[in-house]
Amino acid sequence: MADSIVVDHVSKQFTMQYQRTLKQMAVAAARRLPMQEKFQAVNDVSFTVQQGEAIGLMGLNGSGKSTLLKLINGVMRPDQGTIRTRGRIAGLIATGAGFHPQLSGRENLFLNGAILGMSEPEIKRKFDAIVDFADIGKFLDTPVSHYSSGMYARLGFSIAVHVDADIFLADEVLAVGDRPFKVKCLAKMQEIRQQGSTIFYVSHATASVKAMCDRLLVLESGHLNFDGDVDEGVRYLHYEDDDETDEGGLDGEFGAEI
Amino acid sequence: MRAVNKKRPVTDERGRRKNAASRARKLAEKKADSMPAVAPLDGPRLVRHVPGPLVDPAPSGGIREVLSQRYLLKLIVGRELAQMYAASLLGLLWSYVQPAVRFGTYYLVFAVILDAHRSVPDFAVHMFTGQVFVHLFSETWSGGTRSIWQNRSLVLKMRMPREIFPVAAFVVALYHTFPQILLLVFWCFMTGWHPGLSSLAAGALGVAILVTFGLALSLFFAAFNVFFRDFQNIVATILSFLHFMVPMMYAFSLVYNLKASQAWMYNIYVGNPLAEGVILMQKCFWFSSLSPSEHHGNTVSQAGGPRTIAFPPDMWERGVIMLLICFVLLYAGQKYFARVEGRFPERL
Repeated sequence: MADSIVVDHVSKQFTMQYQRTLKQMAVAAARRLPMQEKFQAVNDVSFTVQQGEAIGLMGLNGSGKSTLLKLINGVMRPDQGTIRTRGRIAGLIATGAGFHPQLSGRENLFLNGAILGMSEPEIKRKFDAIVDFADIGKFLDTPVSHYSSGMYARLGFSIAVHVDADIFLADEVLAVGDRPFKVKCLAKMQEIRQQGSTIFYVSHATASVKAMCDRLLVLESGHLNFDGDVDEGVRYLHYEDDDETDEGGLDGEFGAEI
Repeated sequence: MRAVNKKRPVTDERGRRKNAASRARKLAEKKADSMPAVAPLDGPRLVRHVPGPLVDPAPSGGIREVLSQRYLLKLIVGRELAQMYAASLLGLLWSYVQPAVRFGTYYLVFAVILDAHRSVPDFAVHMFTGQVFVHLFSETWSGGTRSIWQNRSLVLKMRMPREIFPVAAFVVALYHTFPQILLLVFWCFMTGWHPGLSSLAAGALGVAILVTFGLALSLFFAAFNVFFRDFQNIVATILSFLHFMVPMMYAFSLVYNLKASQAWMYNIYVGNPLAEGVILMQKCFWFSSLSPSEHHGNTVSQAGGPRTIAFPPDMWERGVIMLLICFVLLYAGQKYFARVEGRFPERL
């Protein structure tokens, strides 16, 4: 099978600016406070994903999961290292789709579809299916700023799954939906997986990740500390570093090298 | 400042926190039900063959990539226009009311009160030409400067060539200016427009300078404005005196008179690509619609008045060199934009 995603020694650093105005900067300089601080969100991460693999991405909050997905999606660029992907990428990154608050659901649907690489006829062809799946009914022509967070996520997810992407990214965005919709979404993702798309699934729900994914990546403070079997990865994540789990982690890494 | 004082959690050399496992267990317990487990579908998994090579998911395609996504550009321009006139009764009419009022005011002050039309034959066309093209330029620049910041909800979540927003600002400016240009052409025909080859060449050169210069500034300032929102105010400040820095409310000859006494002032004035662009547009529209008795060579005269110079003697050389400089600026603008756009999401 062909490589779908190749991440090669990727690092991403954020600069946190504490003082924004000249006045604040002057005060900070006088008090000898730092003006800014560097923060390593992703630290020398390398892995290769084959087309059709379903990857789970786990880690504590703030471990760099969303940043990694943004890098793969192309919203951000790595500071060091390279990322290469093959084919169309779609998906939802960090709570909420990229919608324009003043536009209606319908307009956002077209805009979002076009950004994800669909042509006008393609969007028109899939329009009804997208609206049906999102189940937003009469709110289609209401500005999305009036949507509930669930409706927002439903529409975003519905557009993303209808793109027919080669790589599908799902961040914790679905956490806001209601349960029947979550089941519907995950069933749809299983369908996408069945069709051979590469999947990246971020969740804290262990059982859900186990059902969806073939392989697990665990990020800890930006380091990729585990890459391998899902069950082993969960064990790595949940137990103290005694000898047994340490081996598990190493095995996982060796597994990735092969 | 509060964040500075907070200590970073203790981690080992691979970034694993001391209490990582217990935290992970707690999180997994709390979130166990957050997502249901859905079993995989039965049947064999299909193998998907994706054509094409491995590529950078965030290529810096620049304006060329924008032009290849015309449908997206169309949607974004439509969105800008819809947003501009949301909940407005007059809607698009506003973009004509403002120029009309401005024209009326300037005409009243400069032609009627200050008597400027004595030194400029066909003063109204002279002023309107300047106003239309300054408007095109300033709307491109100010719209472009604000564009990335205004569209941050998209920029933060979706990958697209981000140059599309400054370019969309230019298309919006063109959309607003185009009817004014039509009106100008119509007006010139009514007053006896007889554009020769040199006039049309001047028009093409002038438009090319204004568009490349406007886009180049847009790209630079759109990026600056992400890092410091002061730039949209800086642009607004500059725009408020832009009309006075081009020959529209007064004759070029007045500026030319400075050359002898204040050469540096003259050089700054004609070194401004916007002034050069407007001068070329004057050549195209205003100069070519004067009656034969009013213009001769490079000079104009009011009936019975003295001949005064209408254009810088080196207008053409300046124009061509300036266009080249503007292209270099546009290229540099794209390079700069591509270099810093990777940092936009963390600063928006």
